[in-house]
Amino acid sequence: MTMLDVRNVTKQFGSLTAVSEVSMQVAPGELRAIIGPNGAGKTTFFNMISGFFAPTRGDIVFDGQVVTKLPVTQRVTMGMARTFQITEIFPELSVRENIRIGVESAQGLRLQFWPGGRHAAAVNRAIDEALTMSGLTPQADRLVGELSHGDQRAAEIAMALTLKPRLLLLDEPTAGMGEHETYAVANLIRRLHKNSAYTIVLIEHDMRVVFNLADKITVLAEGKLLAEGTPAEIADNPVVQAAYLGKAE
Amino acid sequence: MSASTLVTATAVTPRPARPWLTTAIVWLVLLTVPFWLPMLGGYTALAGRVLVLGLAAMSFNLLLGFTGVMSFGHAAYFGLGAYGAGLTLKYLTASTPLAMLAGVLLGGLAGTLFGLLIVRRRGVYFAMVTVAFGQIAFYIAYSWDSLTGGYDGLRGFTRAPINLGFTTIDIVNNDKAFYYFLLVIFAIATSLLGLLLASPFGRTLLAIRENERRARFLGIPIERHIWLSFSISCAFTALAGSLYALLNNFADPMGLHYSLSGEIVIMAVMGGMRAFWGPLVGAALFVVLQDYISSETVNWMSFVGLIFVLVVLFFPRGLLGMLQNRGGGR
Repeated sequence: MTMLDVRNVTKQFGSLTAVSEVSMQVAPGELRAIIGPNGAGKTTFFNMISGFFAPTRGDIVFDGQVVTKLPVTQRVTMGMARTFQITEIFPELSVRENIRIGVESAQGLRLQFWPGGRHAAAVNRAIDEALTMSGLTPQADRLVGELSHGDQRAAEIAMALTLKPRLLLLDEPTAGMGEHETYAVANLIRRLHKNSAYTIVLIEHDMRVVFNLADKITVLAEGKLLAEGTPAEIADNPVVQAAYLGKAE
Repeated sequence: MSASTLVTATAVTPRPARPWLTTAIVWLVLLTVPFWLPMLGGYTALAGRVLVLGLAAMSFNLLLGFTGVMSFGHAAYFGLGAYGAGLTLKYLTASTPLAMLAGVLLGGLAGTLFGLLIVRRRGVYFAMVTVAFGQIAFYIAYSWDSLTGGYDGLRGFTRAPINLGFTTIDIVNNDKAFYYFLLVIFAIATSLLGLLLASPFGRTLLAIRENERRARFLGIPIERHIWLSFSISCAFTALAGSLYALLNNFADPMGLHYSLSGEIVIMAVMGGMRAFWGPLVGAALFVVLQDYISSETVNWMSFVGLIFVLVVLFFPRGLLGMLQNRGGGR
């Protein structure tokens, strides 16, 4: 049983091949990290999985269903959620309202044209849960645009989680963060993985985060699959060392 | 690095601390206008104009201020509302409610159908096609002499008294009665807009305004929701247009012209597009300035333009946005 089955996907932009014939299988409850040097095609690969654009060739199967050409909103309904390298939030709304929008969308209230209603209590409960889980309860009524970068990222992850996703895609969750914030976000991801058994695929540059969190690692280089394995296998892989780890940092 | 600078650079608008206070003041003023306006040298029909254009600007602002989508052609729906009401009164039936209904249907359906064609456009492209549609509507009204009266406008109809069964309200000759009739319609319309904005659907619009990409990845179908917002906005604007025809007993092609679309934008921005009542405040300022300055000079618009520039430069959140901010702090 696989949660996500990416089959030989290729993405071409004009004459440039950003991703070439890459496959990946992610099991339920797995935490998979995708690493690779800049320009390896990691984000392009991610964008195909999440439905930002369709692959030129190849297929993406999510939970047994072919989703290759499905639009984003349908994938979200099926249980896919993602965050972005540059935090995507609703800056001029409060943390609570940010999360409320996710909860209401998840509960299918998008076309309710009046306030309140019989779902209001369940919505408020779900919002409080998300706030507690992400540790943002003290900042709930502040505008999310005023928060620190780390807290904004936590808010974005909390919004993604309101969808109760069966697959969580995180694009560089610790990008642009200091030591302390990186630690906090890594801990949040660890809790989601260990305690709540979320299936998570993440792109990450911070190798300590990757090697501490991941069950398996997929290494991309120049748009191609370079290696795949457990953190120990990847660390010992001479090809990876030569092509990537040796050069970086 | 680039991520953190981008996010922290986002301008953040403080929220007004007491929105109910603004609402209370607005209603106190609107309810008492006919009693003090004449003492200041105004006349009741002027207050009626404020209500009608205020409703148009608030309806438009559902799109600009609360969905983040710019239309430069809202006069089209205003004008269609006016013609719908006028033509009904002139050719079909002497019923004020039916005239209003016809106006709302004509403008609202035109917006709904046209919206379907354009929701995939964004930004300046969206704005340009809305202008284009407005001008199409303008030239139809302008050229179809036999039906619309062409350049001279549609005349020869008057609003009819309101029959409530047990009594009849004379809104034809009694200015005050007509003002309060307008106020009742205005109250119903703005309450519906307020409820809509406080609903889960309303929040999906805020989400689209704030961040389309995040909204989409929360499962909100952006195009469908922009289309609904556009349609609702057009229907309410058409309601304002039908009231305009009742106010003047007249509908003319200038009610469809892009210059009126521009004036609606000016009202919303000048009053404060992030504040619910902002466009009404903008409309009040605009109508009063227009009335006062146009009696002194035909170049009144250049003065209104100057004031608009000053407001945008010094109070970028608009007049009401600035007042609410000062009154409440953070």
